[in-house]
Amino acid sequence: MPGMLYADRIGHTFYMPDGALPALHNVTFAVAPCSLVCVVGASGCGKSTLLRILAGLLKPSAGRALLDGSPIEGPSPRVGMVFQKANLMPWRTVERNLTLPLELNGVPRAEREARAAALIELVGLEGFAGAYPAELSGGMAQRVAIARALIYRPGVLLLDEPFGALDALTRERLGSELLRIWQASGNTVVMVTHSIQEAIFLADRVIVLSGRPGEIVLNLEVPLPRPRALDVVHSAGFGALSARVRAAIGA
Amino acid sequence: MPWRWLVSPLVALALLGLWYGVTAADLLPAFMLPAPGDVFEAFYEALEAGSLPYHIGVTLQEVLLGLASGLGVALSLGYLLAKFPLFERILAPYIVGLQAVPIVAIAPLLIIWFGSGTQSKIITCALIVFFPMLINTVVGMRQVEPDLRDLMRALNATRWQTFRYLEVPAALPVLLGGLKVSATLSVIGAVVGEFVGANAGLGFMINSARSVFDTPTVYVAVFTLTLMALALYGLVGSLERRLLAWQRRREQPGSFAS
Repeated sequence: MPGMLYADRIGHTFYMPDGALPALHNVTFAVAPCSLVCVVGASGCGKSTLLRILAGLLKPSAGRALLDGSPIEGPSPRVGMVFQKANLMPWRTVERNLTLPLELNGVPRAEREARAAALIELVGLEGFAGAYPAELSGGMAQRVAIARALIYRPGVLLLDEPFGALDALTRERLGSELLRIWQASGNTVVMVTHSIQEAIFLADRVIVLSGRPGEIVLNLEVPLPRPRALDVVHSAGFGALSARVRAAIGA
Repeated sequence: MPWRWLVSPLVALALLGLWYGVTAADLLPAFMLPAPGDVFEAFYEALEAGSLPYHIGVTLQEVLLGLASGLGVALSLGYLLAKFPLFERILAPYIVGLQAVPIVAIAPLLIIWFGSGTQSKIITCALIVFFPMLINTVVGMRQVEPDLRDLMRALNATRWQTFRYLEVPAALPVLLGGLKVSATLSVIGAVVGEFVGANAGLGFMINSARSVFDTPTVYVAVFTLTLMALALYGLVGSLERRLLAWQRRREQPGSFAS
């Protein structure tokens, strides 16, 4: 079941040896069930911090994050997380990397394998179940990471610059793939990116954070029709939206 | 290149030939270098009499028990040191100090404390094995990728699950490297112990044969010890090939990549 996220006046400050570093300030927004929201901003604006708070990996110093109305206290199987690096275990095959979350939860082997097979098909990696991560390209490894995040059937998928380490072509293709996977799996998705074009192409809503501390300077609805093909980026509507986002980041 | 497998045996054959040549030409007196035939005869006699199997059994037992206990202590202490830096800061000088004491020098003390039976040899062996294994355990645990730790945390893994599913497999290549070094050192440890004071074992066999100028028997014991160390090393090697099969796939990166 797709989850609903709510960031309620979230603020966060890191305390370093040489002083306090404010990362986020008064961040409030809602993510409707089944929608795809992208968070953009210059590097160091606290995007990843925000995502870690939503994932329950970090406790905010102010405010709270809610999932379906209840506070997020720690990592939950309702939330799947994809990092910038694929973070696969090099000693496990693709299939066994996928089933790791299920193994940790004592799901029986037959079910683990069935779910892995379904996800391998969903992310388009048929034939690679027995491959080791060293044998995969960067794009393929990231597909495995997305599939692993989905294996719990989480309801919410959080992606922290998942395509940041990939080349431009692979990145475009995986963006379209993500849309397909999102529509097929029916999750609520929050993705952090530093690419304006990628954000508008993918999202229902784009949230722009200002630099240090990160504050919301724009919460923009993207009314482009779906399904979206790659050439939507050349439309007039797309150009107008990216101009607004760019202006907000620069402000 | 199948001929590569032939090189090592050919080197052994050449050395054997050289040995034979030197003794046949009487270049060295027999009490220094006996002929290969004499050594083989001594080997056969010791085998027949049952003394060789007996001494092998004693030394092997010391080696295996010493290796096991040294590994056990090194692995658990290494894990704690890697996990708790404070613990490491307190203990590190003592551990390095322990390593700085030559084992050969304290072997007599160990005999005084634990007697001339197998116990003192097991302890000598464990002490010699301990340090390299400890270092490798700490290094192995430290090189676990922080990102993978994050992943385990995001998956709500327990401490035990993180140990079993992440730390052990991630550290395994380094641990097995340490085990290879330890396996050969363990034989040295047992022999050092036996040299200082023993009434059985291959080290004892060398000592007592030497005292009656039975050089062929000394050679028999030396070769047996070498073979024992090689066998242990080979055992760890095959364990490695089995456990780290995934690493060999790395040799052709991108072979599956699109």
